[in-house]
Amino acid sequence: MKSLETRLRALRDSGRKALVPYFMGGLTPDWIQHVEAAVHAGADAVEIGIPFSDPMMDGVVIQEAALRALRADTTLDSICADLEALSNSVPLIAMTYFNIFHHYGLERSAGKLQASGVSGAIVPDLALEEADEWIAACDQHDVATVLLVAPSTTPDRVRRLGQATQGFAYASARMAVTGRSGGAGDAARVVQSIREVTTVPTYIGIGISSEEQAKEASGIGDGVIVGSALVQIILDGGGAGEVESFVRSYRAAIDG
Amino acid sequence: MTDPPYMSSPDQRGRFGNFGGRFVPEALMPACLELESAFVDAWADSTFVEEYHRVLRDFAGRPTPVTPLERLSDKLGIRLFAKREDLAHTGSHKINNVIGQTLLTKRMGKHRVIAETGAGQHGVATATAAARLGLECTVYMGEVDTVRQVLNVFRMELLGATVVPVTSGSKTLKDAVNEAMREWVTCVEDTHYCLGSVMGPHPFPWMVREFQSIIGHEALRQMREHGVDTPDAVVACVGGGSNAAGIFAGFANTSARLIGVEAAGGAAVVSGSPGVLHGMRSLLIQDEFGQIEEAHSISAGLDYPGIGPEHAHLAEIGRAEYYPIGDEDVLDALALLSELEGIIPALESAHAVAWIAREAGRSLPTGSSVLLNLSGRGDKDVAQVRAMLRGES
Ligand SMILES: Cc1ncc(COP(=O)(O)O)c(C=O)c1O
Repeated sequence: MKSLETRLRALRDSGRKALVPYFMGGLTPDWIQHVEAAVHAGADAVEIGIPFSDPMMDGVVIQEAALRALRADTTLDSICADLEALSNSVPLIAMTYFNIFHHYGLERSAGKLQASGVSGAIVPDLALEEADEWIAACDQHDVATVLLVAPSTTPDRVRRLGQATQGFAYASARMAVTGRSGGAGDAARVVQSIREVTTVPTYIGIGISSEEQAKEASGIGDGVIVGSALVQIILDGGGAGEVESFVRSYRAAIDG
Repeated sequence: MTDPPYMSSPDQRGRFGNFGGRFVPEALMPACLELESAFVDAWADSTFVEEYHRVLRDFAGRPTPVTPLERLSDKLGIRLFAKREDLAHTGSHKINNVIGQTLLTKRMGKHRVIAETGAGQHGVATATAAARLGLECTVYMGEVDTVRQVLNVFRMELLGATVVPVTSGSKTLKDAVNEAMREWVTCVEDTHYCLGSVMGPHPFPWMVREFQSIIGHEALRQMREHGVDTPDAVVACVGGGSNAAGIFAGFANTSARLIGVEAAGGAAVVSGSPGVLHGMRSLLIQDEFGQIEEAHSISAGLDYPGIGPEHAHLAEIGRAEYYPIGDEDVLDALALLSELEGIIPALESAHAVAWIAREAGRSLPTGSSVLLNLSGRGDKDVAQVRAMLRGES
């Protein structure tokens, strides 16, 4: 079992619901401080977006963040270099599109992630059927390959995805790209279908953009992923202080 | 050349050699699988195939003729023929594909289609086919293209479609595809994504080629009627590559050279490298970090930084050749065909004309027989061409 999964299983078994904020790597020069602020405020793991020019699964907020990060010359290498300054120790999970790793080299990408303290990767456009080589590369470097299950996923696919996912299963709450608010949506059904086939922790994302929605989703799954709502704050000029109070209030909503 | 037959079906995973596949979010996987099985089923069903051919005949005006281009032939010293997709309903080859896909949409029990468009030709064709079948239709079009092709926007609206300008990224074709994919995720239950070229995730590259292969099958027969058993070369412009794939399909297993002409500012075979975009592994124009670059072309329909995966494969195995043509040669070619033959070609098709004009007497030896796929008519471009010739843009 990959170390990410060992940690996230232990977290679940301790009775704590995971809160996983998403940051776009390189969005601002001080983005690492945002990550630290989130950890300080009670994040249990952090997703690090690596910007791609054509983010097919992202709505306008993360598209804009990717564009800004790219304009600031952000690359896989620059993000990994920035991560060296990170002093905390919650699990880090990279999120990007397959072309970034394909171009960098699969084996080399996985090695780079591991060397930078990243223990998981989410590649939303890499369908399970195309993922063998990537999973094999990640297996060499203790990087967990986290797979998504969507409301449209058929039962036979849930079984295969549930068996193949590592670290946690990413339950998509809605049929939508990131950044469309709306709460837990189909999450209960999706989580239920995943739990029938695997004991891996199940986190809910896509559509969670308020404390109430986070609370609702954490009552269904083992954790909650919050992306666009947080990234919007940074796009609007918010700094580490705003990030900290954002995460703190989500933490309180989930725990309360 | 290695193992014919060329241009047969892709493998189980939708691969043509090293290219193709299905790189889509899980949310779209079930729809892609459903589409694949619906297409396989329909394409083997004579009722469906007959209806497709009947609609192409009665509605779209097929078969389109092959015209000997006599004055241009004299000028270039070759025997040049044009497959007249400009004479198909809506003015380009795009209608062949959308007739197939909208019939399939109905067969799958869906009542709405979405589409991306660059020049607007695929959007107009989709809106047309949707109107004919009473399907709802929404077309995503880069904001830049809605300005360049403002009349096509109006045409789509006349046909009852909704046109959504796309303001993300480079605001051209690639972003229109991104946006259509994002939308498809939200409505995949009742909506079919009517992709406009031989690109995207499996089964699209294969299915669109099959729906376009009527061009090549007709042309092979028609060339024989003109006394040419096998032309020495078959030349087509390439954006995503659907008109080229369609005509190549008729000649892939003959001795004809197959030549695809890309816009120099979007020449994925010449300037690209392997990558993954829009659901496929193919050749893409990208920077050293794998970020997709913006294509630049005088013609909105060729403004795409990639190429269909089967073309990437045909290039890799050497069965087809791909060459770039710069914007500067395209206007001359458009004028040449207009003045000598009385046919105003689309800017896209004019790329193929420009390559032939340049290569006649060189890599197209004097006296050789050449089949040009005239993918569309130039009416949509005349305002733009007029402005350019007057130095206004
Ligand atoms: C007339 C015409 N030819 C060619 C193309 C390029 O598409 P493809 O390469 O798929 O044939 C277009 C696209 O808009 C077009 O309108």
